[in-house]
Amino acid sequence: MLSRVADSLYWMSRYFERADNASRVLKATYGLILNPAKFSTEERWYHAVSSLAPGAANHVDPQRALFSLVADPEGSFSIVKCISGARENARQVREEISSEMWEHLNRLFHDVTGFELQPDDDAGAMRIVTLVREGSYRFNGITATTLNHDEAWHFIQLGKYIERACNLCVILDAYFVIGKHPDDLDWVGLLSSCAAFEAYCKACTAELKPDRIANFLLLKPEFPYSVRYSVDCMHEALAAISSLSLSRRTEKVERLIGRLRSMVTYVQIAEIITGLHKYLAGIIEQCRELHAAVHELYIEYPIEVAFQN
Amino acid sequence: MITEADTSERGGAEALQRYELNGAYDEMFSAADHPRKQYRPLHNLLLNLGPDELRRSKNEADQSFFNQGITFTVYGSDKGTERIFPHDLLPRIITAAEWEKIERGLTQRITALNLFLKDVYHEGKIIEDGVVPGSIVYTCKHYRREMRNVKVPRDVYITVVGTDLIRNPDGNFVVLEDNLRVPSGVSYMLTSRRVMKQIFPALFQKCRVRPIEQYSQELLSTLRSLAPEGRSEPTVVLLTPGSYNSAYFEHTYLARQMGIELVEGRDLVVHDNIVYMRTTFGLQRVDVIYRRIDDDYLDPLVFESGSSLGAVGLFNAYRVGNVAFGNALGTGVADDKAIYAFVPKIIRYYLDQDPILEGVETLLMSDPGQRDHVCQRLDEYVVKAVGESGGYGMLIGPHSTEQERSDFRQKIYAQPRNYIAQPTINLSTAPCFVEGSIEPRHVDLRPYVLYGEKITIIPGGLTRVALRKGSLVVNSSQGGGSKDTWVLQN
Repeated sequence: MLSRVADSLYWMSRYFERADNASRVLKATYGLILNPAKFSTEERWYHAVSSLAPGAANHVDPQRALFSLVADPEGSFSIVKCISGARENARQVREEISSEMWEHLNRLFHDVTGFELQPDDDAGAMRIVTLVREGSYRFNGITATTLNHDEAWHFIQLGKYIERACNLCVILDAYFVIGKHPDDLDWVGLLSSCAAFEAYCKACTAELKPDRIANFLLLKPEFPYSVRYSVDCMHEALAAISSLSLSRRTEKVERLIGRLRSMVTYVQIAEIITGLHKYLAGIIEQCRELHAAVHELYIEYPIEVAFQN
Repeated sequence: MITEADTSERGGAEALQRYELNGAYDEMFSAADHPRKQYRPLHNLLLNLGPDELRRSKNEADQSFFNQGITFTVYGSDKGTERIFPHDLLPRIITAAEWEKIERGLTQRITALNLFLKDVYHEGKIIEDGVVPGSIVYTCKHYRREMRNVKVPRDVYITVVGTDLIRNPDGNFVVLEDNLRVPSGVSYMLTSRRVMKQIFPALFQKCRVRPIEQYSQELLSTLRSLAPEGRSEPTVVLLTPGSYNSAYFEHTYLARQMGIELVEGRDLVVHDNIVYMRTTFGLQRVDVIYRRIDDDYLDPLVFESGSSLGAVGLFNAYRVGNVAFGNALGTGVADDKAIYAFVPKIIRYYLDQDPILEGVETLLMSDPGQRDHVCQRLDEYVVKAVGESGGYGMLIGPHSTEQERSDFRQKIYAQPRNYIAQPTINLSTAPCFVEGSIEPRHVDLRPYVLYGEKITIIPGGLTRVALRKGSLVVNSSQGGGSKDTWVLQN
């Protein structure tokens, strides 16, 4: 596969996952705001922004947070921006993805950009969120069922799960570290932000204990929106890609993914819950290193290196 | 979906009431209320359909184009404007006999033009023999000195051709333009056929239309036939300028249909005169490049030095025969509008035959007598810049203002070699569904010709429509649209 194509597929998938993540967080936050509770609307939005765009948390006006996170044309992190990014990358590689994937993504793009959302239109913003929620399940389903599960698929998987792992860490950080004395409603908010409420209740009952929640979202290998699950999927994708490209020097990537896996596999929640911020930052940093190593190995390798192989 | 009820004619159906013949050859009617034989099934259908049903079908077709992302980009308008390619709902129908003549005529013409290219870039006999003046050949904007004595695979220069034909008032097809560089539009031919089959299945079956779906396979085998010797399993790629190009949809579409990689210049690396593409497996050798980039941008070492669309060293690899291009470089010299005037002579010179398809009378503005004649009657002529395409740089005399004519007069006198003039031809009209009724609009026809081991012409093509009433400009960049073209079986 062309390196440029692999790169576009990877970014298409990352952007899409980012939009999906934002739509989950916003839906959960909006649900919380409707309840009377000890936290003000402003604080809730501060939370939401911290879970999605930590760097921007102090600049975003809480009054306009929903608008900014959904459709702000200036911000780089809004849902609409992410869908546009996914679609732009897909457009570059239309011949590589299935027609069904393209048609679905293209329609979703036209649906969310055709809205011309006004800053005070919360209902409109939530309609976009819902479109993306539903669109995302559909897109993931279409991708899994219409595309060959070959190299393209593995780069898509890699992008999706590396993005998911990082996003989960940022959300966990926002709730466990930045948040002040969270109550049960907040924990419901956190679980819903990770599409985890029902799954958590099934596995751990509805008793909301912070360390159980952290354990579930970080280390549960069976839950698709856990960090552990995401890292396992990244590993699987990388192994498949490297088995296809026999001649490449994959040691560095293998070492990095191995280290990351051991970080989320051979650890107990009691060991990390006190230093959680540092632990989460460590995972994000390792994802970043892994991204750089994959890029250097498969996408932008020096020509001389290619001739040595 | 529409199915036609085979009822007898009901005079003056609503949708056809505003159909006025205007003196041009009409594709459907030989005279008012007298449909030609090949159009009768369609005519019957139209008599039985109300405007609402037609509108519904039109919406269905539009939606299908839009969802498939069948769009093009308009240059010079706001950034990122993607529009669906405007298309008309009704097919344009060509009989087997008409097609047979087009096929013979194009084969003859393409064969001769290819021999001309080979000659011009090697011995130049046709110039020596005084048939075509060297002063015109060597001043062509698209003449490429770099191609002198370069051997191209099979001596085939023009692998893909999209010749523009028009039908003059007496019903004969004539050649308006040869597009020998990188003709586009074939994806619209293929996709609109798919949509039409969805919308008019019964009519389609009844008319016995020849298939065009084999185009992609034919194109691939044509390209493979150009591979350098000894490369039995050649890697063929399509080189695109990228997603901001107006024809990007077509590039992705064709690459997918052929199952080949769609590459950009930045994917290519040339090392020791061998072309590679950068893949996740490492570098992979490339043998044939179907390039959809103009000559000028292919290699910054040889042509436009600022171009990043091509790749450094590509031309040298081509020269030594390690990679093939379809089309070859420098083919633009043969579709220069001044050379066009000499094509009948070129056909006679190489093939010793009379041209089967006529051209349009063409006056060279580099000739003082012809120039003065035209400049005094600019309102009767169409003036075209010789190296342009896409309907740019053109004056349509009868539709022009005094100011436009005087501007063009100055341009002609400033650069006479750059212009030619042709009498205004009333293009034939075909029925189109416009604003709720059926009206005649002017059309042309662009069949696609492939030249590899042999010449193959796909029975069909792109019928381009000037959707604005009375307009003679069919280019998509200037308010034109397309129609599906049905060539009938015997």
